[in-house]
Amino acid sequence: MDPLAAKEANEAKLPPPDVLAPVQEMVRACIQCGTCTGSCPNEFAMDHTPRKLWRMVMMGLKDQIFQSKTFSLCSNCYYCTLRCPRGLPLTEAMDALKQIAARENLTKYRQSTLFYKNFLRSVRRHGRVNEMEFMALYFAALKSPFSPLRFAPLGVRLMLKKKVSLAVPLTARRPLEAIFHNVAAMEGSR
Amino acid sequence: MNYHYYPGCSLEGTAREYDLSTRAVMASVGAQLIEIENWSCCGAAAAESLSYLLALALPARNLAIAEKRPEVTDILVPCSACYLNLKKVAEKTRREPGLLDRLNRILMDDQLQINGQVHVRHLLDILANDLGVDTFRPLVKNGFQNFRIAPYYGCQCLRPFAVFDDPEKPHTMEPLIEAIGAQVHPWNLGGKCCGASHMNTDMDISLELVTAILRGAKGADAIVTVCPMCQMNLEAYQQKISRRCKEDLHITVLYLPQLIGLALGLSEQDLGLDLNLSITNRFRAMIHS
Repeated sequence: MDPLAAKEANEAKLPPPDVLAPVQEMVRACIQCGTCTGSCPNEFAMDHTPRKLWRMVMMGLKDQIFQSKTFSLCSNCYYCTLRCPRGLPLTEAMDALKQIAARENLTKYRQSTLFYKNFLRSVRRHGRVNEMEFMALYFAALKSPFSPLRFAPLGVRLMLKKKVSLAVPLTARRPLEAIFHNVAAMEGSR
Repeated sequence: MNYHYYPGCSLEGTAREYDLSTRAVMASVGAQLIEIENWSCCGAAAAESLSYLLALALPARNLAIAEKRPEVTDILVPCSACYLNLKKVAEKTRREPGLLDRLNRILMDDQLQINGQVHVRHLLDILANDLGVDTFRPLVKNGFQNFRIAPYYGCQCLRPFAVFDDPEKPHTMEPLIEAIGAQVHPWNLGGKCCGASHMNTDMDISLELVTAILRGAKGADAIVTVCPMCQMNLEAYQQKISRRCKEDLHITVLYLPQLIGLALGLSEQDLGLDLNLSITNRFRAMIHS
């Protein structure tokens, strides 16, 4: 067996790497200064502050991290990334945690995960998002009869302005099929 | 002056007036916009919350189509979220070894390839720096004297990449507002977050952020925005917010090219002014007087 194949065979026997490992790599140099917490517009609604979250990531407290809403409340304003004195990609680290929650279908994050997944379902079908179709898919997936009501008045206003339409575009071709397929193949083979 | 044009999905739907007014203002100064052929979604906030690679591959497809016409070097993007997603591909492929190859392998089946040659530009950058006040000032027909305008930048045209403005204290819009005769509303909320797509998943938190912004804009005659998500969050929930905090926080919210277009004498119809959700009667009376 050549050395490369031997190395691969050896690696295949190892347990899968901890899901947090790539996120730990991103925040390893964190000095716990709290600039991220002080800069975060959504910190007031979080159960753990961003600073604390990075420490939890480094300590590998997977269960506690994925019981917390902190990363799912990141609205990608990039203040923490801009101001971090260590230059860490903190917004991306929040995204990485969202990606893990989506990949593992964690029920706590069901609402935001369904929101994002149904957005991309519409994009995959037509190449562009059809806002009305996407919201219909999202509400159907939530299976909660009352959640659309919060948005109904806005939906009606937008329809009256002809900004959204109930008509779903009839598209035969799915222009992004190869891209979605190739990304899935590449990510699955990591 | 020629630009590739990437409108993005919102500008075909809820932000149609941003598309109309961008095209109208650019046409009025003689700039040509070449829409990227069969452009597709940039992934918005959805792709980056689900997959690192997909969040780069979706915008990369659009850059690759634009690169087929190398004589046009810049892409004009009005939506800040689209702008950042496209910009990320350009920045990351320069810094992350091997990424360009991976993206090209993903795009290969569609006979597309990126080399990282094309410049991704936000509309505000182009209005302020390529065109600038010297272009607009002589064209002003209806000056906005006696108007106080609050410039709202939002997040993603400023951060994380500090390209054309100070990401902490943005000011690019101020000379443009002054060039059309209006005053700049003094505030420090122009670069603060509106909650973005959290309005759909965690509404109460976003409403809190928007409430602070609307309060800060009190005393201004209008807020101007440069992002469909900011525009929607600031204009669509004013009644709910006003009722909730028992305070009248209704205010006109316009896209920047709508404001500039009005000053240049373009028609309200061409600027899609009837499509906005929060133009107050007072503001209408002011622009008609």
